[in-house]
Amino acid sequence: MLDDFFMRALLGGVAVALIAAPLGCFVVWRRMAYFGDALSHSALLGIALGLLLDIDTILTVAIVGAAMALLLLLLRRRGRLANDTALGLLSHGALGLGLLALSFMEGLRLDLLGYLFGDVLAVSSSQLLLIGLLGVVVVAVLTFIWRPLLLSSIDSDLATAEGRSGSAAEVVFLLLLALVVAAAMKLVGVLLITALLLLPAAAARGLARTPEGMVVLAAGLGVASVVGGLEASLLWDTPSGPSIVVAALVLFAVAQSLPSLGRLVAVTGR
Amino acid sequence: MPNGAEPPEALVTGSGLSFAYEGSLVLEGIDLTLRRGEIVTLVGPNGAGKSTLAKVLVGVLKAKSGSLDVKAGTVVGYVPQRLNIDPTMPITVRRFMSLGSPARDRGASALADLRIGHLMDKQLRELSGGQLQRVLLARALSRKPDLLVLDEPGQGLDIESQAELSALLGAVRNQGCAVLLISHDLSLVLSCTDRVLCIDRRICCSGTPDSVVHDPDYHRILGPRAADALALYQQRSGGAEVVDLRKRADRA
Repeated sequence: MLDDFFMRALLGGVAVALIAAPLGCFVVWRRMAYFGDALSHSALLGIALGLLLDIDTILTVAIVGAAMALLLLLLRRRGRLANDTALGLLSHGALGLGLLALSFMEGLRLDLLGYLFGDVLAVSSSQLLLIGLLGVVVVAVLTFIWRPLLLSSIDSDLATAEGRSGSAAEVVFLLLLALVVAAAMKLVGVLLITALLLLPAAAARGLARTPEGMVVLAAGLGVASVVGGLEASLLWDTPSGPSIVVAALVLFAVAQSLPSLGRLVAVTGR
Repeated sequence: MPNGAEPPEALVTGSGLSFAYEGSLVLEGIDLTLRRGEIVTLVGPNGAGKSTLAKVLVGVLKAKSGSLDVKAGTVVGYVPQRLNIDPTMPITVRRFMSLGSPARDRGASALADLRIGHLMDKQLRELSGGQLQRVLLARALSRKPDLLVLDEPGQGLDIESQAELSALLGAVRNQGCAVLLISHDLSLVLSCTDRVLCIDRRICCSGTPDSVVHDPDYHRILGPRAADALALYQQRSGGAEVVDLRKRADRA
């Protein structure tokens, strides 16, 4: 079964969607979309490093992402990173640096599109295994820090005052985010990772009554986006990453209109 | 001590506490001890550093200098001025309570005590300002705190609820809890406080409400508002120096 490239892509995509869901919800709750952007844009540097050292790029992207996460956190703690401008600078600075580093490597320029927009149809069995491994680590650690992370996402001052070590949970969360970025890079590419994190979570927000409910819904919507996007890309020969993101966008629009659709039905049904 | 009475146990002892935001000093050389069974209130103008001091004392902010000694095992109940929750977070009051103290019945009984048991299954984002204030207070109380810190709890409460709040804080204090209160509402402050600290970056004056309201520094810092609140207070306790104090405040 794993010999079929499409089946591998589907499996990898579903795995990524499943681990992106809880982290995407926390990114939304903690208003860290820009943070996620900066993190994913730093992935290009990781790719350059991986190619240079001849190590699997998923690993090097995870390592560079973790370093970037700690740097961002440090700048934020120091109060130097309070606004969108600073984060935007870092985010696109990382993108520029990564592109520059890659441009120095002979013969790799043709692959650039794959890195930027995803190349999930080329995922190998060993990479699939790596993505699965990352997924297990992410879910296990997240379960462990769930309560303090949830409280610190509601109000970090409250969490700290009550001694719930919300700040430790935040550090761990950012490291997990770096892992997910590494896993998602192959699926949708560096430029679209944040979309994969945000769209299913944003679509689920209005429909859930509990944090966990929102995560489950986001996971379902994420998986549906991956399956729908990949099928569409096979059918119409479109690039896979953007197809997945557009599928997520469509689901988001549908989810947004669900409450008003419900009202419409209630009104006309009378 | 000559009469044999030990002072109540000190939970938090800060000395020489200073804090700066981006290089400008917000707190300077604050000495403060919070003891069991005492309600201490911080008053002062906007930007005087009241909330900052509370955050330093509960460990949310780290003092730039000075020493802070918190007794090990002190359970803190903190009622922030507002909750920083994102509207995309779906969470019920019940669940939010359980994140404060895992014991189920404690959260329920704390809500019932504040007569907001009916809010249990509401979404946090659907609450009004006053309701959220009460939920935060109930949540802090459900933790059975040794130290209760309230940042402007009177906001959004009507007068009746304020009397209720004042009675509630008195009861909590009598159970041996240390209470730190920040309030703009001087009538609330004067009606239930044991010790008032008037701060404007540093401690300007402190003492019992009675002694502080006679301190010229208090009037200099809080202005005519102070005299108005004092008038109310004196009416209740039957004093007669209000007019005199108003004049003093005007001069200052």
